[in-house]
Amino acid sequence: MSGSGEPRSQQHEKKGRRVTLSRRPLPAWADIVLLPLVNVALAFLTVGIIVRIIGVDPFHALELLVAGAIGSPESIGYTLYYATNFIFTGLAVAVAFHGGLFNIGGEGQAYLGGLGCGLAILALDRYLPIWLMIPVGIIAAALFGAAWAAVPAWLQAWRGSHIVITTIMFNFVASALMVYLMVNVLIAPGSMTPQSRGFEPSAFLPQMGGNALNLSLLLALACCVAVWVFLWHTPWGYALRTMGHNPEAAVYAGTNLRHMTMLAMCISGGLAGFVGVNELMGVHHRIVLDFPAGYGFAGIAVALMGRNHPFGIALAALLFGALQQGGAELVFEIPKITRETVVLIQGLVILFSGALVQLPRPWLQALFSFRRS
Amino acid sequence: MTAPAIELSGIDKSFGSVHAVRGVSLAIEKGAITGIIGENGAGKSTLMSILYGLYRADAGEIRVDGKPVQMEGPRDAIRHGIGMVHQHFMLIDSFTVLENLILGAEGGPMLAAGLAAARAELARLSRDYGLTVDPDAKIADLSVGEQQRVEILKVLFRGARILILDEPSAVLTPQETDQLFRILATLKERGVTIVLITHKLREIMAATDRVFVMRQGQMVAERRTVDTDAEELAELMVGRKVRLHVDKAAPRRGEVRLKAEHLGLVDERGVRLLDDVGLELRSGEIVGIAGVSGNGQTELLQVLAGIRRPSNGRLVVCGRTIDAGHPGDPAEMRDLGVAHVPEDRQRQGMVAAFRASETSILGYHELPPFSQHYLLNGPAVGAHCARLMERFDVRPRVPGLRSSNFSGGNQQKLVLAREMARDPKVLLVGQPTRGVDIGAIEFIHRELVKSRDAGCAVLVVSVELDEILSLADRILVMFAGRIVGEVDGSRADERTLGLMMAGARWERGSPEPLMKRGEHRP
Repeated sequence: MSGSGEPRSQQHEKKGRRVTLSRRPLPAWADIVLLPLVNVALAFLTVGIIVRIIGVDPFHALELLVAGAIGSPESIGYTLYYATNFIFTGLAVAVAFHGGLFNIGGEGQAYLGGLGCGLAILALDRYLPIWLMIPVGIIAAALFGAAWAAVPAWLQAWRGSHIVITTIMFNFVASALMVYLMVNVLIAPGSMTPQSRGFEPSAFLPQMGGNALNLSLLLALACCVAVWVFLWHTPWGYALRTMGHNPEAAVYAGTNLRHMTMLAMCISGGLAGFVGVNELMGVHHRIVLDFPAGYGFAGIAVALMGRNHPFGIALAALLFGALQQGGAELVFEIPKITRETVVLIQGLVILFSGALVQLPRPWLQALFSFRRS
Repeated sequence: MTAPAIELSGIDKSFGSVHAVRGVSLAIEKGAITGIIGENGAGKSTLMSILYGLYRADAGEIRVDGKPVQMEGPRDAIRHGIGMVHQHFMLIDSFTVLENLILGAEGGPMLAAGLAAARAELARLSRDYGLTVDPDAKIADLSVGEQQRVEILKVLFRGARILILDEPSAVLTPQETDQLFRILATLKERGVTIVLITHKLREIMAATDRVFVMRQGQMVAERRTVDTDAEELAELMVGRKVRLHVDKAAPRRGEVRLKAEHLGLVDERGVRLLDDVGLELRSGEIVGIAGVSGNGQTELLQVLAGIRRPSNGRLVVCGRTIDAGHPGDPAEMRDLGVAHVPEDRQRQGMVAAFRASETSILGYHELPPFSQHYLLNGPAVGAHCARLMERFDVRPRVPGLRSSNFSGGNQQKLVLAREMARDPKVLLVGQPTRGVDIGAIEFIHRELVKSRDAGCAVLVVSVELDEILSLADRILVMFAGRIVGEVDGSRADERTLGLMMAGARWERGSPEPLMKRGEHRP
């Protein structure tokens, strides 16, 4: 019954409150639109300084980056193709996050989603017509992704193993499993590279435009809508958000936290699994190694930047897709900028719009209260 | 006449658009006990936080012993001899009394010297103020009353001559509260100035020499305690006439709605939280459960509401039998007609980040009309919330507002409204008026009685004895996980209940209760 803890902590808390209470909260539009834009601007400012130190004109580099991302129909196609992956993994992180779960296993779930989709296709592509093969592939991707997320979810719900730790470890397990399967089991007969036989055309997702962009983009947009409806307009989404905000209240309301943890993680894993659809059914047309290529991890930043809302996630995914595509062009055009520099740029955007997302808030608040008075 | 110990003049403080304290002036007499009373949100805590240096006033002046001072932080307050005893103890359970005493005043890199000096100083304080406590006892082994004594000693140890106590009786039994008041009286005799912040009228009347009443950030009255009474103070606090007692007819008891037999609960560590609890709840009556918090009331409510599964014994609710092998869950209990207003509304009864309309369907979100064809019906939820707000006078009437933006009383009314909306057969209510203003208390009590008269079986768990006494038709007292006594509501009095709450039991034929448990309590 007695209080414990460090006696000065409350005083600090009160002092902290004094500071925040004296400032007015930002208007909603500034919170949703202006703050992320300021974050991105800060990131680019930092990037500019670094690029200048390397000895490259930052404005020239920016010009190339933008042109590379949206300068031609082809580059726009690539930007959207990358954005598709980021939407899937961003939504995956967001759904788990609304349930109070931090799913860091998007990478492994995407990998396994691809395996599921590929296995279904390798088994059935000679028998099924395209209008049946594509839905079966998509469903298989979701099921395998969900199953890969279900194991850590079960371990957390029934055994109390922390989901952050288990999902991270499952990424490594997924990676090792895929290497084993590709090298020993699924490798095409007579092939020297660890990849499966090519899919039959009945398993090719129709292209949109001439390059990598395919119908997965529409699937991603449909997922945005579906996630929005699920989270805010169904009783299960309501219960899931209750669990995320206040688990005790969820128990009080009659929600079974174990079942809800399973549901949240399975939906999350299924969404991540769709990366396999975009990559394998849309582009590679065979099972290959390493196709998740960091999309799972970047999904965390996408969700953070998009404020865990499907609309915000779509916008953030677009930005990340543009960076990916524009960055590749930059490397091609300026020899002084290497692949690692592009990774650095992405890292800074993630840093400023993820970890440091609240950094400019006090400045904006001061600006707004100054304007009002 | 000497200068007052503390003089505040024209203190003003706003938080954003909220004007918390408006031009308050008051003088606290030296060597007296001064009470500051007001509803939650009246500004009394803010005022004291300004005095203690936690907030800085927008305007106004603070004078200590006639000299103007600047309060930049608690350090300044302590330097000027002002000490604060917080509502929640700031002690470290695994440290001894002495170690807690020197926390923040260790007096050098090595502890030994500081501890020795503290031991001598503690002996002097105990002698001077009659506050005895074993310096080498671990805090965890002390009773709550003794822990509070350590808190007071901590403040005196730092040289305070002016003591501010913020709701000191919140965690005490009536007997421990009386004990505290005796300590305060001794301190007063030795020249310590005491400021007592509370919302309990009884304590003001019992302990203070002078009382200030605050309402909506303003000081509305100053009285000598001997010249006033509880009714007048209540009226001054609320700004209108208040009935402190609930009018209710004799209960018309009907069938048994809920029955617990030999109910027991053991947690994962093997600690027995509930022990052989038996109770019966009939329609048309209010049963009150009294007890010092932490004696099993919380766990009893959780078992009755289906949140925790009993370890042994059984529970019969509206025909369904629940035991360790056949546990219920909160959703099933709701289906059976058991509504539950949880003790801690912030942590259980609502979701702070949700809109009021979302909070208004918590637990009922899968039922029509809120959920239809697998989708939530937003307009139906909003309309439902608006109806609840209208009927229970929840302000402001904005279903779209975040739940956390409502005051405590309005949050509680919303939760109560939600649980009473479906005319439950059994209504379990934990701490119905914790952190709720007097005006809202009156309303909530009336609603509970109304629901009883409509045939509901009501169980009220409260640590406020006044509340139990005015509401309950039958009173059960809990101590250490057991029900130690049952008293008829009309024949109960505070003293008997207080002794039972401290663990004494009535022995047949004995005129006085015998101390059986908790003998270590002073």
